[in-house]
Amino acid sequence: MADGADKTPLSFQDMILTLHNYWSARGCAILQPYDMRVGAGTFHPATTLRSLGPEPWNVAYVQPSRRPTDGRYGENPNRLQHYYQYQVILKPSPADLQEQYLGSLAAIGIDPLLHDIRFVEDDWESPTLGAWGLGWEVWCDGMEVTQFTYFQQMGGFDCKPVAGELTYGLERLAMYIQNVDNVYDLRFSDPVGDVPGVSYGDVFLENEKQFSKWNFEVADTDTLFAGFKAAEEECKRAIEANVPLAAYDQAIEASHLFNLLQARGVISVQERANYMARVRDLAKGSCKAWIDSQSAAWTAKYPGWTL
Amino acid sequence: MTDFLLELRSEEIPARMQAGARAELEKLFRAQMSSAGIEAGDLTIWSTPRRLALIAKGLPQATAAVSEELKGPRSSAPPQALEGFLRKTGLTQDQLEDRDGVYFAVIDKPGRATAEVLAEAIPAIIRAFAWPKSMRWGKASASSESLRWVRPLSGIVAIFGEELIPCEVNGISAGFATRGHRFHCPGEITIGSASDYAEKLRACHVIVDHEERQNIVRDGAAKAAADAGLSLVADEGLVIENAGLTEWPVPLLGRFDEAFLEVPPEVIQLTARVNQKYFVVNDAGGKLANGFVCTANIDAVDGGAEIVAGNRKVLAARLSDARFFWEQDRKTKLEDHAKKLDRITFHEKLGTVADKVERVAKLARWLVEEGIVTSGSPAKAGAQSGTEQMAASASPGPRPSPGNTKELADQAELAARLAKADLVTEMVGEFPELQGLMGGYYARAEGLPDAVADAIRDHYKPVGQGDDVPTAPVTVAVGLADKLDTLAGFFAINEKPTGSRDPFALRRAALGVISIIQANELRLSVSMPLAAALATLVGKSTASADRFSLEIGVQQLEAAGVQFSDESRENLRQVVMKNALDRASPIYDQIIQPTIVGIIVFLADRLKVQQREAGVRHDLIDAVFALGGEDDLVRLLARVKALQAFMASDDGANLLAGYKRAANILKQAGQGNSPAKAGAQSGEALTSVDGSTGPRPSPGNMTGHDAALLAALDTAEPAASAAVTEERFTDAMAALASLRAPIDAFFDGVMVNDPDEDVRAYRLNLLSRFTGAVHGVADFSKIEG
Repeated sequence: MADGADKTPLSFQDMILTLHNYWSARGCAILQPYDMRVGAGTFHPATTLRSLGPEPWNVAYVQPSRRPTDGRYGENPNRLQHYYQYQVILKPSPADLQEQYLGSLAAIGIDPLLHDIRFVEDDWESPTLGAWGLGWEVWCDGMEVTQFTYFQQMGGFDCKPVAGELTYGLERLAMYIQNVDNVYDLRFSDPVGDVPGVSYGDVFLENEKQFSKWNFEVADTDTLFAGFKAAEEECKRAIEANVPLAAYDQAIEASHLFNLLQARGVISVQERANYMARVRDLAKGSCKAWIDSQSAAWTAKYPGWTL
Repeated sequence: MTDFLLELRSEEIPARMQAGARAELEKLFRAQMSSAGIEAGDLTIWSTPRRLALIAKGLPQATAAVSEELKGPRSSAPPQALEGFLRKTGLTQDQLEDRDGVYFAVIDKPGRATAEVLAEAIPAIIRAFAWPKSMRWGKASASSESLRWVRPLSGIVAIFGEELIPCEVNGISAGFATRGHRFHCPGEITIGSASDYAEKLRACHVIVDHEERQNIVRDGAAKAAADAGLSLVADEGLVIENAGLTEWPVPLLGRFDEAFLEVPPEVIQLTARVNQKYFVVNDAGGKLANGFVCTANIDAVDGGAEIVAGNRKVLAARLSDARFFWEQDRKTKLEDHAKKLDRITFHEKLGTVADKVERVAKLARWLVEEGIVTSGSPAKAGAQSGTEQMAASASPGPRPSPGNTKELADQAELAARLAKADLVTEMVGEFPELQGLMGGYYARAEGLPDAVADAIRDHYKPVGQGDDVPTAPVTVAVGLADKLDTLAGFFAINEKPTGSRDPFALRRAALGVISIIQANELRLSVSMPLAAALATLVGKSTASADRFSLEIGVQQLEAAGVQFSDESRENLRQVVMKNALDRASPIYDQIIQPTIVGIIVFLADRLKVQQREAGVRHDLIDAVFALGGEDDLVRLLARVKALQAFMASDDGANLLAGYKRAANILKQAGQGNSPAKAGAQSGEALTSVDGSTGPRPSPGNMTGHDAALLAALDTAEPAASAAVTEERFTDAMAALASLRAPIDAFFDGVMVNDPDEDVRAYRLNLLSRFTGAVHGVADFSKIEG
């Protein structure tokens, strides 16, 4: 790099720590990953449920994300069935959200006069969450490094106020910063004294091999189908019982089991739409129950606020 | 006179929306000004990803005072009328003027300062602005009523002369300050007036004029390629898109690994274009080279080396995906890919893509076996109704041997069966635009005949105006069958285009049918393959199509009171199948025939649109089409063209005038006010003139003009009719032209409404016969002028 041949780019973990510090200094609560299998950081209830309602909400967290169909048995340098997203939610969206975001790129070592950073139209939609927003994919020298979205609806409900969501693809960003072509070559941590650093491959290559095999070949589909049904039922029971957070957990579970069934290739094109609609109903139902459980407090605290 | 500058700054506006936004800004600004009585002259409108700018030159300082005069009720009118008028004008009675017993209100509107008008106009424009998609943002979005904009609106500059126009929208106040380039010049910059706006921005690395940026992208990309001994593959869409993504465009050339060139060039170009917005380049021999041009938005401190390296890496990842698909897809034969088509729904009511493939395969074969599509040169040898006569005048072309026909039919059927197989390949899954093209590549790779591979590749053509129209027989059969099946299917389930909505691209399919028929001079009655397509649709036997056949074939019939109830399901299907093409059957009557008529009318409409561009008058198409029963598009157009040439001649124009006069007289006489009827009745008219029925006029009242017209009709009518039958349309027009002098002389020399009723009847009949003769060629009542 022209500006820092002497500077060693951040390791994977230092990049995360830098982002934590950066967003912490801007008022974000640094949360931990949600302890369930999800397809993206957006599924974390800190995004899905908390983007609803009038209360300010500013958080950042890393979310391990699983996309069974993207598994490549550790053989593809860019594709993983398990990877990390860095997720920032700022509600209401601040006027200088773009500037704050660009500051975070600078903090992890991307010089915007050396690299071409661009906001390219990309509207986000999650059919399984009943959510959509407008925004961009952020390009760095032609590579998408972040999804930048102003949430307009979540679970079928208007976001009032709108939250800004930043989703960084951590592996991609790290590969870019460290200038490596293979994700498994990423420096995960740096050596300290006698203690050697580890690579991303040291940590995850075996996981990719085994989970690709399980996702595509081994996972018992009857169990998955039964699990989907059970999660669906349990979600409905929890909504009935007015515990929307617990209901939402089951919606997440159903969504992930659906993804696994997809990877096993046992859901036909026609059935696919049907399953997605079922997951959406669970997510929407959970959002609605969440709103119902909070509305009284919201309107008391924010007079004039309406759904 | 003072210049006005408006800049609306925003977070990045999608490139594809910028042209529309400029038009919207102009429209709204003009509307606001004109409603205030200001004529906005020349407007300059610019856009970048981060701003929309408008400069209006030479606005007045104030609007002119206007005096409006309203006429009220008579002073003698009842008091309610006066009250209503006062309410409407907002005046009192003593403010009205009484002029000769009528009240008048004179309302003086004083001029307003333009600055004041603008201060109101700007928020109104912003609030009324229509974006294809808009959003809410920030604190204000806690309320549903908050402003919507394409992305957050971040600043307003509004300067009239050198004065700020104070206004505020959504908490954003207009000011003198804007911002320059996001990275080169992130601070605020102050604008003095419209005159220094563009140059101040340029100094801050923003080229606000989108056309100038487009030129930089276009020329810069070409130069970057040329400097490396390559030539840019021009792509104006990419020029505009890249100009819409940058405020300071810098085209940069990069190279990729030559090994990727084994992937089809279209795939490389599409990957580069769609995913990365790169141009591609050719080598000196005109073949795709291993280069690309990306457009950066900065003058990078290292001259762009890092940017090119980064982009190269991204493209390499994309191309290795493409190469992976290219390799994977070829491991499976197309016929095996095709087996998966039964998992893709074509349309809920029309079954799966596999069902469609089955129908198209049958129809493509039918088109060949019926001799409509032949292996010879343009299918002159086709033997459809009406063409036998033609064979008498045209020398019969080489008739295809039965062996040739069988081979062609087999190839057409095979190509049709494989034409959609690429829809389930990885490559087309990734790039739907490559449908057809990839199938062609895969077909060739597995050693299928070129004619079949070409047909698979080209069967969607023509996809737009100016696209190539297939002429290879196998391609013609498959392409025509595919489009006819689409039209037949969607019309059968009543999914016709309405207004601007055409979700199944039926207009394009219709245009494709027309173009293919024209380009290949296919002689066919379009109703025939449509009937065949519909019959296949109705009689199809797979489970999903049974649903369909029950849907349109049986349920509708049952609803219409046809009893099928004691037939078994299989018998039912066979009845449907067997009867579908039997014109006497209720299925033909109630489903097939009305659907065909609907499609033919639709095709005629498309034909008019298409021919308008070729300079063919739509009213002349109507005039021929209105005769009814014409569904041979080649013949129809030949007739229209002869008619158009005729109408351009003196004889034609005068004959039309004579026709209109005759039709008017007949109409006034209560005869033949329906032109079509007049045509149909020409036979009766003839008998009347002959005098076999009705009173006979005394010959003494007859003039030479009557006799001359009668004689001319006696010659022209059979001549025109024979010429039409033999498709010698120019001769038919010439026959009509021979009527011009006698009809002109007739009108000049006789009075149709003669006091002698017999004479009058005779002359009316003569005119009726005249219009009838003209109608034998075209319905002149549809012709304008």
